[in-house]
Amino acid sequence: MTFQGYHRANGTVGTRNHVLVLPSVMCANHVVERIGRKLPDLITVQHPTGCSQVGVDFEQTKRTMAGFAANPNVAAVLVVGLGCETNESKALASEIAARGQRVEVIGIQESDGTTNTIARGIEIGAALLRDAAKHERRVAGFEHLILGTECGGSDTFSGITANPALGWAADRIVGEGGTVILAEIPELVGAEHLLAERADEAVARQLYELIARVEQRAAQMGVDMRYGNPTQGNIAGGLTTIEEKSLGCLYKGGTTPLREVVEYAMRPNERGLVVMDTPGQDIEQLTGMVAGGAQVVVFTTGRGTPTGSPIAPVIKVATNTAIFGRMRENLDVNAGSIVDGTRTLPEVGAEIFEWIVEAANGRKPAAEELEFRDFAINRIGPSF
Amino acid sequence: MGLSTNGAALRLSDADNVAVVLRALEPGTELTFGAEHLIATQEIPVGHKLATREIPAGAAILKYGQTMGRATVTIAAGEHVHVHNVEGIRGRGDLAAARSASA
Repeated sequence: MTFQGYHRANGTVGTRNHVLVLPSVMCANHVVERIGRKLPDLITVQHPTGCSQVGVDFEQTKRTMAGFAANPNVAAVLVVGLGCETNESKALASEIAARGQRVEVIGIQESDGTTNTIARGIEIGAALLRDAAKHERRVAGFEHLILGTECGGSDTFSGITANPALGWAADRIVGEGGTVILAEIPELVGAEHLLAERADEAVARQLYELIARVEQRAAQMGVDMRYGNPTQGNIAGGLTTIEEKSLGCLYKGGTTPLREVVEYAMRPNERGLVVMDTPGQDIEQLTGMVAGGAQVVVFTTGRGTPTGSPIAPVIKVATNTAIFGRMRENLDVNAGSIVDGTRTLPEVGAEIFEWIVEAANGRKPAAEELEFRDFAINRIGPSF
Repeated sequence: MGLSTNGAALRLSDADNVAVVLRALEPGTELTFGAEHLIATQEIPVGHKLATREIPAGAAILKYGQTMGRATVTIAAGEHVHVHNVEGIRGRGDLAAARSASA
């Protein structure tokens, strides 16, 4: 199997050809927004991070920004900084350049204010868009494809319809030489033994360590995870415990051996099934997987969610026919037909696989068509 | 994996003591899984679970053939199984805190 993608200088292959404008710090958010307002073809993101952060928390924030900017779906990046931030914009730009990405950088203080910075940003943005337009799609093998998997707004049907169908498609991606990311570690608690059985000893140990971290955090806070996860919506949908949710979540990754465990926003080294350490919170998880190189994401949902990524197509799979009917504009595939008895699990799995290939070739799923561009970086320390 | 004969509930593994309701059940609805018969004793919403056999207090709730929690009270066959009569075993930071407070 192959797809038609944008071959980047660093050997990666994109499924989109975006020009990204990224603030290195929240103080540059509005300047970035103003640049984007003038040039709507640019992809802009805003975030509340980049200053007064230290240690592993700062490193993770920086790694996420650099990874996101270097995702092969991005042709070039403009970093906009303030000038006095912890996440120094030129250092961030160097980090992005080191990953083989084309990057420009401007600063608000260095440009003597916002008016000049916006004008300069528009000028650079227009030039980057002109250059990006010269790139064309060419054939690429599945060894270049990293699929992110996600479930959000889960219900009891997630583990019966959409997640097993996504798992079917995930197995095909792996079979074709591609990579599949399974994430949201809190939603593996209680099901990790089933995944560990499919890993070598070292990888299994890393997986158990991630699970232990989650449970230690709950212990430190003295809380039952059930107060926050499963969420109120999950519970209303019939999910009773985190174990039950996890057992259903696990199906998304399919049935192939677990090859590697990576930190948040880290690009996998192995091909095949990989676990990434992300929270279950949808937007932080999505951002982490895309920063880790995922060029296409499949997102299953029972309660219905509009979430999309600024730079990667996110295909939505409904777990039940009722939500597929009610939120049709936000959803792409109906796996509810499996319990309705109108389609088999492999039939829905094959439809998801086809969607992945077509999305890689440029077809826009609902979230992309509707321009949902969610972005949030997972924080692991306080602001100082 | 087995669908009840009327198609209203799905038991994901033969080992399970709960089934997932595919169509909202009225009290008195009869369900048959192979040789096992039971009657829903309560209204069960779509996507929620009912006990397919009696589950003693403290016993494991089995779904997908795996443990998904334990019963906090004895649950009769045909009863709604959810947060009011089941607790999680994992991710229980509250129990860890209670243990360290009493130690």
